[in-house]
Amino acid sequence: MKATLMEDTGANLAASLRIALATIVLCGGLYPLFIFSFARFATPEASSGSLVRNEAGHVVGSRLIAQAFTKPGYFWPRPSAVKYTAEAAGGSNLSPAGPEVRERALKTVKAFGADSRRPLPADLAAASGSGLDPFITLQAALFQAPRVASARGMALAEVEAAIRRHAAAEQIFWSGDGLVNVLLLNMELDKTGKTTMVPR
Amino acid sequence: MQILMLLLFIALPVLLSWPLGSFMTAVMNPSLNSSDGSLAILLRKTGGSILQREQDWKGYLISMLFFNAIMFGAVILMLALQQMLPLNPDGKGPLEASLIFNTAASFVTNTNLQHYAGEVSMSYFSQLFALTWLQFVSAATGISCFTALARSLAGSTLVGNFYRDLLRSTLFILLPLSIVVALLLVAGGVPMTFEGAAAAKTLEGAIQTIARGPVAAMVAIKQLGTNGGGFFGPNSTHPCENPSFLTNYIECISIPLIAMATVWMFGRITGRMRHAAVIFSVMLLLLILKSGIALNLESAPAMAFKGLPIESVSNLEGKELRFGPSGTAAMWAAVTTATSNGSVNCMHDSLNPLTGLVPLAGMWLNVIFGGVGVGFINMFIFIIVGVFICGMMVGRTPEYCARKVETHEMKLALLALLVHPLLILVGTALFASTSWGAGTVLNKGAHGFSEILYEFSSAAANNGSGFEGLGDGTVPWNVATGLVMLLGRFIPIILPLAIAGSMAAKKPVPETTGTLRIDTPLFAVVILGSVLLIGALLFMPVAVLGPVADYLSTSLQ
Repeated sequence: MKATLMEDTGANLAASLRIALATIVLCGGLYPLFIFSFARFATPEASSGSLVRNEAGHVVGSRLIAQAFTKPGYFWPRPSAVKYTAEAAGGSNLSPAGPEVRERALKTVKAFGADSRRPLPADLAAASGSGLDPFITLQAALFQAPRVASARGMALAEVEAAIRRHAAAEQIFWSGDGLVNVLLLNMELDKTGKTTMVPR
Repeated sequence: MQILMLLLFIALPVLLSWPLGSFMTAVMNPSLNSSDGSLAILLRKTGGSILQREQDWKGYLISMLFFNAIMFGAVILMLALQQMLPLNPDGKGPLEASLIFNTAASFVTNTNLQHYAGEVSMSYFSQLFALTWLQFVSAATGISCFTALARSLAGSTLVGNFYRDLLRSTLFILLPLSIVVALLLVAGGVPMTFEGAAAAKTLEGAIQTIARGPVAAMVAIKQLGTNGGGFFGPNSTHPCENPSFLTNYIECISIPLIAMATVWMFGRITGRMRHAAVIFSVMLLLLILKSGIALNLESAPAMAFKGLPIESVSNLEGKELRFGPSGTAAMWAAVTTATSNGSVNCMHDSLNPLTGLVPLAGMWLNVIFGGVGVGFINMFIFIIVGVFICGMMVGRTPEYCARKVETHEMKLALLALLVHPLLILVGTALFASTSWGAGTVLNKGAHGFSEILYEFSSAAANNGSGFEGLGDGTVPWNVATGLVMLLGRFIPIILPLAIAGSMAAKKPVPETTGTLRIDTPLFAVVILGSVLLIGALLFMPVAVLGPVADYLSTSLQ
């Protein structure tokens, strides 16, 4: 009896070790390698992070990742609990009924110059889950259009047309309005040539 | 709109689970004339002679524990040495000892509670060879033990061979499905690269470091294997793990798929399809109920904006816009905690106060499809208890699957039933009353209590999601939840297999007109009753202390 138990232990150990090693190589090595090879061939841009470059070829960000915008001539993204740090993402984790969110919202309302006649779209008041949400709603972009237009000395209609083009490109399923990618929209505005902004 | 959402997110996995159940049965129980073929030869060489042996439930469990011990040891080693290992382009440093213990326990037990943020702490080597590997083999462990349970209840005292089952489920179920999902995610824009973080110079001239990596491969298995451990800290909320509405849909329907298929697999192995349909419908009913409630509660606006000049729409705190109306996040929150997945696409800490009760309830019951394999094993305990209560009511010795259920089985069943609430309630009480827990909450009052309660519920249910405001990267949290995860994993696997093993050893009793029918709608009511009465009532007090008090104290002002 004792001898078979020892034998079993040995057989179990040997089988466990060998199968562990085999599955480590397969699941941790070959499987990711296969997916990687496909990705490199099929989606070279997206698979390395959907990086966005300027005309000079320098990386200015990723189309998936929000970045900080504070100048009045740029559209501003949703609030980020991690200050748009793309190497340590995160949400506020605050209760949506708690005092901290209310205090933060009060500041945001002030910064955007919203009031009861012109209420702030809710996505601009609520921090995103990753802190890196690259989108704002169409309403949130239109809300900011007057500020951006006046800071750039552009016609409001021109800015709004750009917004609507971007919103049409990012239609989410069944929602009519579409979303606006803040970085891409701001890059397009920079390209129109009117990069010299009226100082704050 | 909400009905459409329910249909879209629940109907497809339900439909797919039927053919997948047949396929999985064929893989795990190949008929004699179509053996494993060339694979069998390969296996004999890798695993040795023990793979030839048909094991009883004890031998099966011993092999399972051996293999899981090796999994644990191997990952401790890999994580402890990550700073010296390759595939570390961003130079991630050493990890703290209690965090290594917690992470190994977490991924071995299919929990994937993460007291670290992947992009901050883990090298690509650790992410792939340690964590992704465990996501495969821990899920395969669950599927294997479930298959053994089903064979046992089909009346066989020999329940198969653990190693053979583990290899079959890894190679022929988890890998092919993961490849399909990973390729779809790659097509949807999820990164898959071995380059280190990218440096960008933003339009306003700041430097932004953008973390990336071999994401798609890991996300696929973490969704399918009810693992839930993401590549990045915020999990599938992060745009690189989940870049669009479409990837969100693919990831969300991957969550319950295999767990749903195991129910049909049970029907096929035991030859009781109608009984399986009864169990499936109870689980489905609970899932729909849970999702419907979450969708409804989460469509309310954030209370904190009340009276401010902010447009009143559904709660967007902690949510991402690209997934569509915030209902998709509520839907995901319901599904990920019905199964023991635990991946998230919004921050659960920022759900409306009462919505937070929905994921908690899912983890307390832990049988609404549940973790791959183990969800059904949990349900088995509730069924046994239900059968027993019915037997007592009519004064007959209770029977299940043509075997008598007697004192020995009931003792084990009650033990299995009580482990889960015990781990959650004792842990929560201990941490809520000491600085171990009280000093680590982000939100004050009842919401802070919910953070502690959620963490222990998630650990005991092997779920892995969290109210992430909690500062859980401390030694007490790492040690306590590590132990809770291990106990909450292995006791609820060992005891049910012991029960089924003891039943299989008995003489079959012929089914007569007096036998309790287990394939009728009436039996569905019996299961539902035992799940809701036994499962839910135990947690009523803490539900009131946490989410309900949170709701009342913030909404009645």
